[in-house]
Amino acid sequence: MKKLSRLYMALVFIFLYAPIVVMILISFNAGESTAHMTGFSLRWYQQMARDENTLNALKNTIVLSALSAVITTVLGTLASVGISRMRSRRLQRVVRNVTNLPMMNPDIVTGISLMLLFVFTAQMLGRDSALGFGSLLIAHITFSLPYVIMSVLPKINQLDRNVPEAAMDLGCTPLQSFFKVELPFISPGIITGMIMAFTLSFDDFVISNFTSGASYETLTIHIYSMIKKSVKPNIYALSTLIFIVVMALILAYNLLNDRGREKR
Amino acid sequence: MRRRGNIAAYPHIVWSVLFIIAPLLFVLYYTFTDGAGDPTLENIQRIGTSNYLLIFTNSLCMALIATVICLVIAYPLAYIFSRMEEKTQRIMMVLIMLPLWMNFLITTYSWMTLLEDTGIINTLLGLIGIDGVHMINTPGAVIVGMVFCFLPYMIMPIYSVMAGIDPKIVEAAKDLGCSDRDVLLRVIMPMSLSGVISGITMVFVPSISTFYISQKLGGGTFQLIGDTIESYFTGNAINFHFGAALSMVLMFMILISMGIMNRFGDEREERGLLK
Repeated sequence: MKKLSRLYMALVFIFLYAPIVVMILISFNAGESTAHMTGFSLRWYQQMARDENTLNALKNTIVLSALSAVITTVLGTLASVGISRMRSRRLQRVVRNVTNLPMMNPDIVTGISLMLLFVFTAQMLGRDSALGFGSLLIAHITFSLPYVIMSVLPKINQLDRNVPEAAMDLGCTPLQSFFKVELPFISPGIITGMIMAFTLSFDDFVISNFTSGASYETLTIHIYSMIKKSVKPNIYALSTLIFIVVMALILAYNLLNDRGREKR
Repeated sequence: MRRRGNIAAYPHIVWSVLFIIAPLLFVLYYTFTDGAGDPTLENIQRIGTSNYLLIFTNSLCMALIATVICLVIAYPLAYIFSRMEEKTQRIMMVLIMLPLWMNFLITTYSWMTLLEDTGIINTLLGLIGIDGVHMINTPGAVIVGMVFCFLPYMIMPIYSVMAGIDPKIVEAAKDLGCSDRDVLLRVIMPMSLSGVISGITMVFVPSISTFYISQKLGGGTFQLIGDTIESYFTGNAINFHFGAALSMVLMFMILISMGIMNRFGDEREERGLLK
């Protein structure tokens, strides 16, 4: 039985990692083909490091994801505090359900619905195009919000309501009690939410595809337009680098978590 | 204090109205108007033509097949994971989630390399004497691509429910005379149902609305609803009004499917409690 389950696990992992292994191998290809290895070289990595469009798209993506993550975290944390204190359960449920819509709806519907809003607004204002950095930022904040609320709200509900009240009895103003007592307690949830918002935004393609204009190209949009023309191993080189960075981040995050757990 | 707390949610409420509710109203508006802004039902009627009905049925079938395959693969795996040591469990979950951080545009392209007629899988098969299995540009290849992209979303919720089952319950069942098989069928399966249901939703929704995967691995031999919608918004034949109508129908299809799913889940849970 044990052997059988080992074999089963191995098969699933082969399935999940086969395309990634292929990607990494071919990023070192000496030839131009993405189907056959003809030798080992670093030429695609060198070429990528010189390609301004790719570097620019990478910079754009980092700026967009970071900004979207920060704004979403502030907005989402405030919203969680507000939602947790709503007196009407019904209102609470309505707000949460509406917030979750972008999470429940297919990405393509969220994408086109925002696109229609932007296009219509641009027509009303008599502008050529409303699609660009602003529309992307709005879209990214909108689809990340439910994830931030999802990780912050449970933390707030876990907090014993007597604790901030005790702080106020001891002379804190409500604002002081929020920053000194509540915020430190819910900060793990806030950090998880922020990391989630950043990665979701970094990785998003579908919604960006509909809400980005020609003026601001993110990495995934850049990859999509490259794939439309012709695929060379340089895209694989780029993805391999991203994969390594992501892997390092996830491992670091888990190690930190493990440490924290052992300490406790 | 309470009053102040409510104010904190206001920016979020304004944001939701502007960027979640208003956009959906625009989908409605575009669905029922034509290019000149006059009201019309033509867009909805056009979906009733056989061409588009076929696209919808195709998408629905593909999504159902992909979801079932994901469930069949994920369930035993989640069970195996949930019985491992705690530290190993965490490593396994990281390994399951890692491929999700790879952009699906790239992994889909890698699958093309793997599935091609002269690709890696066929080369390997050739070595053991099986040759010429045609895989790329078939519905099967599209299913492989979908299962690859969405399998982790099925494993995660099932695993987290299974890992949360109190071992004492399993022990109690055994003490009361359940065999291992009975424990699985009568304790673990009913208790993990909520994970299965959220897994199914998390796989079905993106599968039915997918685009790109079908273009690349299906080779344009058949169109799915996601591809069709995309073509009306970013392709050569731009028609926001008809595209909006297609998205509306897609949204309703998903709502109905989820309604059926949830009702099935509730009934099972109620019966479970009555027992």
